[in-house]
Amino acid sequence: MTNQYETVFIMTPVLSEDQMKEAVSKFHKLLAEKGAEIVFENNWGLKKLAYPIQKKSTGFYYLIEFKADSTTVKDLEIAYKRDERILRFLTIKLDKHSMAYNEKKRSDKPKVQKTEA
Amino acid sequence: MSAANSEIRYLTPINVDVKKKKYCRFKKSGIKYIDYKDADFLLKFVNEQGKILPKRITGTSDKYQRKIAQAVKRARHIALLPYVGDLLK
Repeated sequence: MTNQYETVFIMTPVLSEDQMKEAVSKFHKLLAEKGAEIVFENNWGLKKLAYPIQKKSTGFYYLIEFKADSTTVKDLEIAYKRDERILRFLTIKLDKHSMAYNEKKRSDKPKVQKTEA
Repeated sequence: MSAANSEIRYLTPINVDVKKKKYCRFKKSGIKYIDYKDADFLLKFVNEQGKILPKRITGTSDKYQRKIAQAVKRARHIALLPYVGDLLK
Protein backbone atom coordinates (compact mmCIF):
# COMPACT_ATOMS: atom_id res chain seq x y z
CA MET A 1 0.00 0.00 0.00
CA THR A 2 1.58 3.22 -1.13
CA ASN A 3 1.03 6.29 0.93
CA GLN A 4 2.49 9.70 1.16
CA TYR A 5 4.48 10.37 4.29
CA GLU A 6 6.21 13.29 5.82
CA THR A 7 9.18 12.89 8.07
CA VAL A 8 11.01 15.43 10.17
CA PHE A 9 14.20 14.65 11.99
CA ILE A 10 16.51 16.59 14.24
CA MET A 11 20.24 16.10 14.02
CA THR A 12 22.78 17.03 16.65
CA PRO A 13 24.21 20.55 16.38
CA VAL A 14 27.78 19.24 16.75
CA LEU A 15 27.83 18.15 13.11
CA SER A 16 29.57 20.25 10.50
CA GLU A 17 27.77 21.28 7.35
CA ASP A 18 29.30 18.40 5.39
CA GLN A 19 28.58 15.84 8.08
CA MET A 20 25.00 16.99 8.14
CA LYS A 21 24.70 16.63 4.37
CA GLU A 22 26.25 13.21 4.63
CA ALA A 23 23.65 12.16 7.20
CA VAL A 24 20.85 13.44 5.02
CA SER A 25 22.19 11.64 1.97
CA LYS A 26 22.29 8.43 3.96
CA PHE A 27 18.55 8.61 4.46
CA HIS A 28 18.07 9.62 0.85
CA LYS A 29 19.90 6.53 -0.18
CA LEU A 30 17.85 4.38 2.14
CA LEU A 31 14.64 5.77 0.73
CA ALA A 32 15.88 5.32 -2.83
CA GLU A 33 16.78 1.71 -2.10
CA LYS A 34 13.27 1.04 -0.92
CA GLY A 35 11.88 2.56 -4.06
CA ALA A 36 10.43 5.60 -2.41
CA GLU A 37 9.72 8.67 -4.43
CA ILE A 38 10.78 11.91 -2.77
CA VAL A 39 8.19 14.57 -3.35
CA PHE A 40 9.64 17.44 -1.43
CA GLU A 41 12.38 18.21 1.02
CA ASN A 42 13.27 21.17 3.08
CA ASN A 43 16.22 22.03 5.22
CA TRP A 44 15.09 24.16 8.14
CA GLY A 45 18.63 24.63 9.30
CA LEU A 46 19.79 25.08 12.84
CA LYS A 47 16.89 25.80 15.14
CA LYS A 48 16.52 26.30 18.82
CA LEU A 49 14.72 23.47 20.55
CA ALA A 50 11.81 24.26 22.82
CA TYR A 51 13.38 22.06 25.46
CA PRO A 52 16.75 20.32 25.68
CA ILE A 53 17.10 16.88 24.10
CA GLN A 54 20.16 14.86 25.12
CA LYS A 55 21.47 18.03 26.75
CA LYS A 56 21.44 19.86 23.40
CA SER A 57 19.52 23.06 23.06
CA THR A 58 19.72 23.37 19.27
CA GLY A 59 19.46 21.02 16.35
CA PHE A 60 19.40 20.75 12.57
CA TYR A 61 15.89 20.16 11.31
CA TYR A 62 15.27 18.40 8.05
CA LEU A 63 12.00 17.52 6.40
CA ILE A 64 11.35 14.97 3.68
CA GLU A 65 8.05 14.23 2.03
CA PHE A 66 7.92 10.97 0.17
CA LYS A 67 5.67 8.40 -1.41
CA ALA A 68 6.40 4.90 -0.26
CA ASP A 69 5.24 1.58 1.00
CA SER A 70 4.23 1.32 4.63
CA THR A 71 7.07 -1.10 5.28
CA THR A 72 9.56 1.57 4.23
CA VAL A 73 8.57 3.70 7.18
CA LYS A 74 9.47 0.95 9.56
CA ASP A 75 12.91 0.56 8.02
CA LEU A 76 13.41 4.28 8.02
CA GLU A 77 12.55 4.57 11.69
CA ILE A 78 14.87 1.73 12.60
CA ALA A 79 17.63 3.55 10.74
CA TYR A 80 16.81 6.70 12.70
CA LYS A 81 17.03 4.87 15.98
CA ARG A 82 20.36 3.32 15.10
CA ASP A 83 21.84 6.61 14.05
CA GLU A 84 23.40 8.52 16.92
CA ARG A 85 23.29 11.77 15.04
CA ILE A 86 19.51 11.79 15.14
CA LEU A 87 18.06 13.36 18.26
CA ARG A 88 14.41 13.09 17.36
CA PHE A 89 12.24 12.10 14.45
CA LEU A 90 8.62 12.16 13.52
CA THR A 91 6.98 10.42 10.60
CA ILE A 92 3.36 10.97 9.78
CA LYS A 93 1.07 9.74 7.08
CA LEU A 94 -0.48 12.50 5.03
CA ASP A 95 -4.16 12.42 4.29
CA LYS A 96 -5.79 14.31 1.46
CA HIS A 97 -6.23 17.49 3.47
CA SER A 98 -2.65 17.66 4.61
CA MET A 99 -1.42 16.90 1.12
CA ALA A 100 -3.54 19.73 -0.23
CA TYR A 101 -2.21 21.98 2.52
CA ASN A 102 1.41 21.16 1.75
CA GLU A 103 0.83 21.54 -1.95
CA LYS A 104 -0.68 24.95 -1.43
CA LYS A 105 2.08 26.05 0.88
CA ARG A 106 4.66 25.08 -1.69
CA SER A 107 2.93 26.83 -4.53
CA ASP A 108 2.48 29.94 -2.43
CA LYS A 109 6.08 30.20 -1.40
CA PRO A 110 7.73 31.26 -4.68
CA LYS A 111 5.45 34.23 -4.94
CA VAL A 112 6.75 37.23 -3.10
CA GLN A 113 3.38 38.73 -2.49
CA LYS A 114 0.06 37.06 -2.66
CA THR A 115 -2.17 39.06 -4.91
CA GLU A 116 -5.82 38.53 -4.39
CA ALA A 117 -7.90 39.86 -7.20
CA MET B 1 -47.33 52.42 47.42
CA SER B 2 -46.84 48.79 46.71
CA ALA B 3 -47.61 49.32 43.08
CA ALA B 4 -44.91 51.97 42.84
CA ASN B 5 -42.37 49.71 44.49
CA SER B 6 -43.06 46.80 42.26
CA GLU B 7 -41.71 48.63 39.31
CA ILE B 8 -37.99 49.00 39.52
CA ARG B 9 -36.70 51.79 37.43
CA TYR B 10 -33.17 52.39 36.37
CA LEU B 11 -31.60 55.66 35.42
CA THR B 12 -29.52 54.03 32.79
CA PRO B 13 -30.71 51.01 30.88
CA ILE B 14 -29.29 47.92 32.49
CA ASN B 15 -26.66 46.20 30.53
CA VAL B 16 -28.00 42.81 29.67
CA ASP B 17 -24.99 40.80 28.71
CA VAL B 18 -25.50 39.63 25.21
CA LYS B 19 -23.03 36.82 25.08
CA LYS B 20 -21.17 36.70 21.86
CA LYS B 21 -21.62 33.28 20.42
CA LYS B 22 -18.36 31.44 20.08
CA TYR B 23 -17.68 29.77 16.82
CA CYS B 24 -15.23 27.32 15.44
CA ARG B 25 -12.67 29.26 13.48
CA PHE B 26 -11.71 26.25 11.40
CA LYS B 27 -15.24 25.60 10.26
CA LYS B 28 -15.77 29.25 9.55
CA SER B 29 -12.65 29.77 7.51
CA GLY B 30 -12.63 26.32 5.97
CA ILE B 31 -9.31 25.10 7.31
CA LYS B 32 -9.10 21.36 6.86
CA TYR B 33 -5.66 20.57 8.18
CA ILE B 34 -3.79 21.94 11.15
CA ASP B 35 -0.08 22.01 10.60
CA TYR B 36 2.08 20.88 13.50
CA LYS B 37 5.05 22.71 12.00
CA ASP B 38 3.43 26.09 12.47
CA ALA B 39 4.30 26.68 16.11
CA ASP B 40 3.20 30.31 16.12
CA PHE B 41 -0.29 29.33 15.09
CA LEU B 42 -0.54 26.53 17.63
CA LEU B 43 0.47 28.99 20.31
CA LYS B 44 -3.05 30.40 20.08
CA PHE B 45 -4.42 27.17 21.46
CA VAL B 46 -2.19 26.76 24.46
CA ASN B 47 -1.97 28.75 27.67
CA GLU B 48 1.14 30.30 29.17
CA GLN B 49 2.21 26.98 30.56
CA GLY B 50 1.90 25.25 27.23
CA LYS B 51 -1.28 23.40 28.11
CA ILE B 52 -3.89 22.90 25.42
CA LEU B 53 -6.87 25.18 25.96
CA PRO B 54 -10.27 23.53 26.29
CA LYS B 55 -12.73 24.00 23.49
CA ARG B 56 -15.12 25.76 25.81
CA ILE B 57 -12.69 28.65 25.83
CA THR B 58 -11.55 28.68 22.22
CA GLY B 59 -14.93 27.72 20.79
CA THR B 60 -13.40 25.11 18.53
CA SER B 61 -15.65 22.27 17.42
CA ASP B 62 -15.07 18.72 18.58
CA LYS B 63 -13.62 17.60 15.30
CA TYR B 64 -11.02 20.34 15.13
CA GLN B 65 -10.22 20.25 18.82
CA ARG B 66 -8.99 16.73 18.28
CA LYS B 67 -6.86 17.90 15.36
CA ILE B 68 -5.42 20.73 17.42
CA ALA B 69 -4.53 18.32 20.19
CA GLN B 70 -2.84 16.04 17.69
CA ALA B 71 -0.90 18.90 16.12
CA VAL B 72 0.19 20.32 19.47
CA LYS B 73 1.42 16.94 20.62
CA ARG B 74 3.38 16.44 17.41
CA ALA B 75 4.89 19.88 17.73
CA ARG B 76 5.94 19.05 21.27
CA HIS B 77 7.57 15.85 20.14
CA ILE B 78 9.84 17.58 17.65
CA ALA B 79 10.60 20.34 20.15
CA LEU B 80 8.72 23.14 18.42
CA LEU B 81 6.57 23.59 21.51
CA PRO B 82 7.58 22.83 25.07
CA TYR B 83 5.93 20.10 27.10
CA VAL B 84 6.10 22.32 30.12
CA GLY B 85 6.60 25.99 29.79
CA ASP B 86 6.48 29.18 31.67
CA LEU B 87 5.54 32.57 30.33
CA LEU B 88 5.01 31.40 26.80
CA LYS B 89 3.11 34.54 26.04
